[in-house]
Amino acid sequence: MTALGALPRRDATDGRTVGQRVRSLSATSAKYLSLIIASVITLLPLSVLLFASLKTAPEYAQSGPFDPPANWFHFDNFVTAFTSGKMLEGFVNTGIILGVSLVGTILLGTMAAYALDRFDFRGRKLVMALFLIATLIPSVTSQVATFQLINGMGLYDTKAALILLFMGTDIIAIYLFIQFMQSIPVSLDEAAMIDGANRWTIYWRVVLPLLKPAIATVVIIKGIAVYNEFYAPFLYLPSEGMISTALFRFKGPFGAQWEVIAAGTIVVIVPTLIAFLLLQRWIYRGLTSGAVK
Amino acid sequence: MALTAPGTAPAGAPAVLSAPVRARRFRGLRGAGAPGAQRPARRRVVRTLTPWLFLTGAVGLLLLFTYWPALNLFYYSVTDWDGIDLTKEFVGLDNYVRVFTDPRIFNVFWVSLYYFAASFAQMAIALYFATLLSFSTRFSSLFRGILFFPYLINGVAIGFVFLYLFQPGGTLDTVLSWVGVADPPYWLGDPNIVNWSLAGTSVWRYTGLNFVLFLGAIQSIPHELYEAADLDGASRWQQFWAIIFPGIRRIIGLSFILAIAGSLSVFEIPFIMTGGANGSATFVIQTLQIAFSFRQVGLASAMAVVLLMIVLLVTWIQRRLFPDEKVDLT
Repeated sequence: MTALGALPRRDATDGRTVGQRVRSLSATSAKYLSLIIASVITLLPLSVLLFASLKTAPEYAQSGPFDPPANWFHFDNFVTAFTSGKMLEGFVNTGIILGVSLVGTILLGTMAAYALDRFDFRGRKLVMALFLIATLIPSVTSQVATFQLINGMGLYDTKAALILLFMGTDIIAIYLFIQFMQSIPVSLDEAAMIDGANRWTIYWRVVLPLLKPAIATVVIIKGIAVYNEFYAPFLYLPSEGMISTALFRFKGPFGAQWEVIAAGTIVVIVPTLIAFLLLQRWIYRGLTSGAVK
Repeated sequence: MALTAPGTAPAGAPAVLSAPVRARRFRGLRGAGAPGAQRPARRRVVRTLTPWLFLTGAVGLLLLFTYWPALNLFYYSVTDWDGIDLTKEFVGLDNYVRVFTDPRIFNVFWVSLYYFAASFAQMAIALYFATLLSFSTRFSSLFRGILFFPYLINGVAIGFVFLYLFQPGGTLDTVLSWVGVADPPYWLGDPNIVNWSLAGTSVWRYTGLNFVLFLGAIQSIPHELYEAADLDGASRWQQFWAIIFPGIRRIIGLSFILAIAGSLSVFEIPFIMTGGANGSATFVIQTLQIAFSFRQVGLASAMAVVLLMIVLLVTWIQRRLFPDEKVDLT
């Protein structure tokens, strides 16, 4: 300490006055207290729903929301939700639609990014501007006109409609690919070109394999977005369900059976939770780069 | 990583070429690498076409599914089309006049204000916790995960979670009865309260995203600044106002602008939870209802165009206020 004893009441051990230490101690407890309160507010609504999902119908009717279930391994509601709630169909459809639209987005997106980053051609600026302005159009309201288009193409109530829509509206993916491609040295392309490779070979053999990290990010963002998408399947695929619409339809038949609705909701949340726990780091990075466009 | 690329020449020699940024695209290489000079015209056609071959798919889908519907919105908005009829009658600006004069349509604009107010709370909460967790904290990644997780949950699932929470005699009422509130309101049934309940739900859902964005921005502030401030004896509060706040002003501004556009286009939470009943219909819900339930595609298109214009205006203002909108968070 170079304070030369000029300040009185200095504590010899850490150079802070008693008052400062008391204040910092209370600041620390206030900090942890507020974090704990926030965690409770986040987790409580989910936990009470988990409680409800594990109760039998009479048990649910008699107990309050905070009473834990009598039997923690009562899974009947989950079986009911899965079988009569058509959740399996929802998962299968979501899987198919997600798989196909992911492959499409990745191929079309990387190809477009390759053209926009590695070629100098007339109209390049225009195409970039088209992609940029498209991010501003609120997609929910333009469904008024998109619906007429899908209907006119004869794709209403088919999975193809959803696949095309999910493929055709992904501008963020193209941005991420362009951003990442700028960090791949052009010298690699040039070397391959000197070796006699044509553009397609360069794209397929050199650029695409190097884009793997960006592809992983897109898979995560897109996977979460499609899994959570509600309005598109609600509007375009009324006769089958994706996972969101399968759950949404619980509103009618299970109207008052909250223990079954709760089980269905938990079934929808669990895959998200697992994905989050396994892929945390990529999810943070992917969503922050995607959210601010 | 670049060295492991298949099908490339030894990476040492050509790496020199990559140094000047302007050489990123192969302008210079074209002349040298074109042995087929005897048929220059054909080669030129091939060369001009190549980038477009790569672009066709993406641009085609973009034009078909984004621009074509958007253009059609403008067209439908000046007709009285019902969505089925083969003929569309031109009605001029009648639909637009109705959007701004019909109280049933115009009143839903006010519903956005609840969500706009809520987005302030959302940003304040997010900023508070981002600041807390930017200082060293025990279990910080656990807390970060908990605060962020709601953002990832399926919207329908969130809808049910909160329908359950807001039930008469449900979780919220039970908690309130512990603190002596004997007669709680109908959270989703009372038109005076329903929008606050729904806006609160959307705060629960979206705070995590703001929080992670703010946290990323705060963590990108050079660490030496805090150390210097510590040496100068600045308190945490002073550090917040002198270092953190100026460092993340841009992302706060951006979130604020996004909040305006977002609160105008609120849709999922109220649609799933109440279906727009009890005065909770938002502008988007109203638009879709008019289009698909009442079959007034012309009027709904006019509403969509109005929303599009507002969003474009807000974005234009954003670009004016924050000209260099590059927000690098990684």
